[in-house]
Amino acid sequence: MSDTPWLTILMVVPLVGALVVAALPKGRDLLAKQVALLTSLVVLALTIVMCAAFEPTGDRFQFAQAYDWIPAFGVQYAVGVDGIALVLIALTAVLVPVVLLASWYDADPEAESTAGVARGAAARTMDSDQAHATSPDIGPLVESAARSGGATAVLERPAQDAANPATVPPAEPARRRSVKTFFALLLVLETMMIGVFAATDVFLFYVFFEAMLIPMYFLIGSYGGPRRSYAAVKFLLYSLVGGLLMLAAVIGLYVVSASQGEGTFAFEQLTELEISTPVQIALFSGFFIAFAIKAPLFPFHTWLPDAGAEAPVGGAVLLVGILDKVGTFGFLRYCLPLFPEASRILGPYVIVLCVIGILYGALLAMGQKDLKRLVSYTSVAHFGFIGLGVFAFTSQAQTGAVLYMVNHGLSTGALFLVIGFLIVRGRSRMTADYSGVANVAPILAGTFLIAGLSSLALPGLSTFISEFLVLIGTYTRYPVAAVLSALGIILAALYILLAYQRTMQGPLRLPSHLGERMRDLNLREVLAVAPLLALMIFLGFYPKPLTDVITPAVDATMQDAGVSDPEPTQGRAAAPTR
Amino acid sequence: MSLLLSAAERTTRVLATESPATPLPTGDYLTASGSLELLWLLVALPLAGAAVLLLGGKRTNSWGPYVAIGACGAAFLYGLVAFTALLGLEDRTAQTTLYSWVPVNQLQVDFGLLLDPLSATFVLLITGVGFLIHVYSLGYMAHDPRRRLFFAYLNLFVAAMLVLVLGDSYLALFLGWEGVGLASYLLISFWFYVPAYATAAKKAFIMNRVGDVGLLIAIFLMFASLGTTQFSGVFEQAELLTAGTATAIGLMLLLGACGKSGQFPLHTWLPDAMAGPTPVSALIHAATMVTAGVYLIARSLPLYEVSDTARLVVGIIGAITLVIGAVIGCVYDDIKKVLAYSTVSQIGYMFLAVAIPGAAAVAILHLLTHGFFKACMFLSAGSVMHGMNDQVDMRRFGGLRKEMPVTFACMTAGYLAIIGFPLFAGFFSKDLIIEHALDQGGVRGWAFGLTGIVIAGVTGFYMTRMMIMTFFGPRRWTEDVHPHESPAVMTVPMIVLAVGSVISGFVLVHVADLQSFLAPVVGSEESDHVLEPIVVTVIVTAVSALGVFLAYLQYAKKPVPTTAPVAVSALTVAARRNLYFDSLNESVLMRPGQYLTRALVFVDNRGIDGAVHGLAAGIGGGSGRLRRWQNGFVRSYALSMFGGAALVVAALLVMRLGA
Repeated sequence: MSDTPWLTILMVVPLVGALVVAALPKGRDLLAKQVALLTSLVVLALTIVMCAAFEPTGDRFQFAQAYDWIPAFGVQYAVGVDGIALVLIALTAVLVPVVLLASWYDADPEAESTAGVARGAAARTMDSDQAHATSPDIGPLVESAARSGGATAVLERPAQDAANPATVPPAEPARRRSVKTFFALLLVLETMMIGVFAATDVFLFYVFFEAMLIPMYFLIGSYGGPRRSYAAVKFLLYSLVGGLLMLAAVIGLYVVSASQGEGTFAFEQLTELEISTPVQIALFSGFFIAFAIKAPLFPFHTWLPDAGAEAPVGGAVLLVGILDKVGTFGFLRYCLPLFPEASRILGPYVIVLCVIGILYGALLAMGQKDLKRLVSYTSVAHFGFIGLGVFAFTSQAQTGAVLYMVNHGLSTGALFLVIGFLIVRGRSRMTADYSGVANVAPILAGTFLIAGLSSLALPGLSTFISEFLVLIGTYTRYPVAAVLSALGIILAALYILLAYQRTMQGPLRLPSHLGERMRDLNLREVLAVAPLLALMIFLGFYPKPLTDVITPAVDATMQDAGVSDPEPTQGRAAAPTR
Repeated sequence: MSLLLSAAERTTRVLATESPATPLPTGDYLTASGSLELLWLLVALPLAGAAVLLLGGKRTNSWGPYVAIGACGAAFLYGLVAFTALLGLEDRTAQTTLYSWVPVNQLQVDFGLLLDPLSATFVLLITGVGFLIHVYSLGYMAHDPRRRLFFAYLNLFVAAMLVLVLGDSYLALFLGWEGVGLASYLLISFWFYVPAYATAAKKAFIMNRVGDVGLLIAIFLMFASLGTTQFSGVFEQAELLTAGTATAIGLMLLLGACGKSGQFPLHTWLPDAMAGPTPVSALIHAATMVTAGVYLIARSLPLYEVSDTARLVVGIIGAITLVIGAVIGCVYDDIKKVLAYSTVSQIGYMFLAVAIPGAAAVAILHLLTHGFFKACMFLSAGSVMHGMNDQVDMRRFGGLRKEMPVTFACMTAGYLAIIGFPLFAGFFSKDLIIEHALDQGGVRGWAFGLTGIVIAGVTGFYMTRMMIMTFFGPRRWTEDVHPHESPAVMTVPMIVLAVGSVISGFVLVHVADLQSFLAPVVGSEESDHVLEPIVVTVIVTAVSALGVFLAYLQYAKKPVPTTAPVAVSALTVAARRNLYFDSLNESVLMRPGQYLTRALVFVDNRGIDGAVHGLAAGIGGGSGRLRRWQNGFVRSYALSMFGGAALVVAALLVMRLGA
């Protein structure tokens, strides 16, 4: 069983699926969707089998494979998973089919109204597909690369004020977008996301880290909202700056390893290196800034609200739910074990950033008028919690942080999806355009509430366990930081319940084209969001399957970083000096 | 008077026959066996009811409410079985660990349930009163199209409340704690289309969250200092805590208790919570959920034993709330708000009592009697509203006793109980609280004792005011109302609770001896009397009677205007505005919070993001300027080469000269 190259299979299957989808003849949109969904379900099934084969108490990295790739530099195609990577891959495998199902009509909204005669709809969109066969919006990218002044031109704030973008038009009739490209991109993204978590060679990790940007760039830039170009380029530039710093640090690591023997990028050999403190701090900073931008931590966060708001809902779920986790995953996998001393020295400063991020993100979420920006800012706060857990250096906090990554993917994923369902109906992202939706669409309102309660970490839902673990683990080492962060849970209740009250409660008032009626969730939408809600409740009461695989991996990380949990200060287990 | 004397003597005798002192528990719980192994059923039954109703959708509309009632009734019956089984146990504790909930190295939280005299008492209160109110709701909510959801939320509440009192760790308690908060939120905003109701629900949730942070920090402190959050581990090691840590834990637990129980300074959500349907007010915001704070402190007494400071603060908070609630209760014209402030005030009595060493059982006694009489009064108020087109303004009531005789009788039973009329329920419990408060001696004893006595008089005043304005005097009805008695499905639960309001005090003190029953959990202590119990009884009864008399003079002898008089004392004005607590909250927290949020949004858009745009513009502009150098003219390249060479030479010269 352990000889099966699980991880490679998991990466290849979606890639093949993407190729098949892309190779389908024009006009077979429905088939493209079905193939994509089927592929993602196969990946999910394979992942479940792999998870069952994982031994929590076994080797640190399991299902490991290593082949030379660029022997001259010691670069390998090396993959393997510890408990942390495993749960994140599992999260990826769960979210992708959910996103595919929820985004069924996102690339061709007009098809939904004629879903009953899907074939006819597909046929009608055929011509337009040909006209814009590969029309992803690469204009800004090309221009910005070609012209030296491109960055200014693209990053110039569009005329609309960021806080008040106009209502979103449902789809510009003039611009038809390729359906199968959309689904193929999502599958390519899945390959990249699995790869980035599975890589155990730092160079390979870097390659996936950067390659991930490409499908996401096109998803935002081609299928996003009205300000998609601005958001996509901003996302890309931010990520590229971080990636560049990381590349420098990766090369630096190689140089250090070469000076101490054979040059290598293999993770486990790199953890053995003896690196002087100043070099550690320099290399740590390169990785840290790249990850902090990706996560994003305050003050590197301003790309997220734009990207999160303009991305198509499915893209936003994967962006915030998984792509951003690569940042916090990177802290735990690379920053701490490779640069233990630097992590210990700089940890307290990072914690300050995280605490600021928790409160700042929550306050900003409260001030947002755009629902998708609101959710993006809540994520800034949540990433603060994850960062706090990673750098608190206790096994409870770090296990909590990993659990948080999974739970945040579920809860924010659900929240984005439900808001997406609302936006599809109301054609507006603005809170002010809705009131009393629960009067006409109780199921939609109910799922919004559950997803929201999970965002505010209500006990009984999985997010509570992770937030509790992060806070209690942080408290044993940094009580003040934990207490300040705990204030974030009051703010979380405020921003969620305010948004719920404004949109779902009160007297009925809907965007004018809807009149007094709004369709409640249909079966497809319920099927998309229900697994996330079910998982949240299940893991809220029984997180043990996850903690069982995460805790050993966290223990290994703590060992690499050279720290151990503080002992109770009083009581029987306390040191006998009392 | 002779009855009164004999009752007081009985009280004295009971106290005298008590064992001198019972120590607090040390966390040594026995594993459940026999019928108690199924303890989880208590929670599972109402939870299953809620799940069926929520997931079953519209097809459960017709029979759903009966499922909910059945689930709650079954839980009550099983509660009785478990209670009986517990009585048969030597140690009277039964603990069952269900599974490992949060296991991470040192932190091992098991999900388990603990039945002991304290939790068993609560189980019967919750499921018993809960069942009656489920039945009552069948009538009260008969015409509401969404009543299926109402019953689902009620069942969810009962399940969460049972987790709260049965959990065997602080984390399990917290699960129930927030669970009841959610149920409370859902039920307050049950008629969510009314904006004010939605706001009230949100306010309740947020203010509870403030308290919850306190409870969470207490849990963090326990783990950091003792390495566990299970009751058994914490209580076993409680004596090893330093006084400072114990004080911190005690105060943080108190913060949590204040949020949930509507105590000063987190009390303002409770009156607003009356936006919920009246059965909800009776069950959640009077009889059960709001008393969870008292449960928390009673449960945590081994911790308070280490810190007298924390204990004193609990008492002070109780005394302050006692006064605030009673004073505000005197001026409101909304019948439900009067009852709500009365609840705030009565829970103040419980907080005051639970802080007295050895008197926690008396606090629980008052909690139980209050559960009966306050639920009875709320249901009666609901019955009045039912007959009066959902009006709540007492100035528009009057003379209703003839139209609603059963409601009137039930309300009267509750009224006599709360003012402490001899031999009614409140008479026993309130007397004992004041007696124990005085027995502490010193400044503390007199301050707490006298506060209790004075407020007994104020209670007599505002409750008499409510009775007179509602049931006596001329009819001040609006034209469109046709008051009528409520159907049996509503009146029968009221009658059961009314009977409880009459007899529960006597039964729990003289027949069942609740104090000895609870002593193994909350301890007991014999102390010298500062005043003889009979003297206390006479004083309290006299002061209450004075309050009643003053209200009689004010409201029965003079006509009651249909609009609230404007020319009133400064205190009345202040009380009508909740003693300015809401205004304070608004001006100190809400407004600055809104400004801060707006300012931060601006900073984020213009400041942080602005810096990024500035950087981008700078790079772009810089590149543009650099590009101008590449103009293709040989002469300008020559010039720059010359300039560069000159610079190098100059630099070399400077270096030389410097060396």
